[in-house]
Amino acid sequence: MIAELLIIICLAIGIIFNSLGVIGLLRFPDLYTRMHATTKATTFGSVFTTLAVIVYSISLYLSTIDSQFIVLGVHAFIAAFALAFTNAIGSHAIARAAHRSGIMPSPAVVDRLKEAGR
Amino acid sequence: MIDPFYPAVLVLVILICLCFIRLILGPTPGDRVVAVDTVNTLTVASLVILGLIYREVIFIDVAIVYALLSFVSTLYIAKYLGGEL
Repeated sequence: MIAELLIIICLAIGIIFNSLGVIGLLRFPDLYTRMHATTKATTFGSVFTTLAVIVYSISLYLSTIDSQFIVLGVHAFIAAFALAFTNAIGSHAIARAAHRSGIMPSPAVVDRLKEAGR
Repeated sequence: MIDPFYPAVLVLVILICLCFIRLILGPTPGDRVVAVDTVNTLTVASLVILGLIYREVIFIDVAIVYALLSFVSTLYIAKYLGGEL
C-alpha cells in the first residue's frame, strides 16, 4: 500500500533530521553554528513528521468517510505552517540579540558588522 | 497500522531529553535560548503525532497555540538579551 510506504519514508526523514539537529546542538563549538544546526534541521524534520500525519489522516478519510480526519489533517497543516514561519523569525531575533550582546564566533578576528555601525 | 508513530514519539522525547544537556551546561545565555527553542519545536512535532495517535484534534490545536506562544516568548527573551527592553 502506497500510503504506508509514504508515511514510513516521511517519518524516517523527519526523525533523522531532528536527530542531526540535536547532535549538532550538542557537538558544535559556539552559538552561531549551534543555531545553524538546530534551526534548519529541526524545522525541516518537524515539517516532515507533520507531513506524515497529514498523509495518514488523508488515507483514513479515504477509507472511512469521516470528516473528523480531514479536520485533523487541516489543523496539522496549520501547525506546520506556523512552525516554519515562527522558527525562522525567532532564530533571526536570537542571532541579532547575541551579536548585540557581544558574543563572537569562536575563531573570530574581525567584526565587520560592528565596524559598519550597526 | 498505527505502529510507526509510537517509536517516532519515543525518539522525539529522547531528543528533548538530550536538549536539556545543552540547556544545563550551555556557557552563555544565548546557548540556553537556542536549546529552549529546539525543545519547543520538538514538543510541537510530538504533540501533532500524539493528536493523531489518540484521535484528538484538541492536541493539534494546543500545538498551534504552543508554537505561537513560544515564538512570542523567544522574541521577548531575544529583546532582553540584546539590551533593547
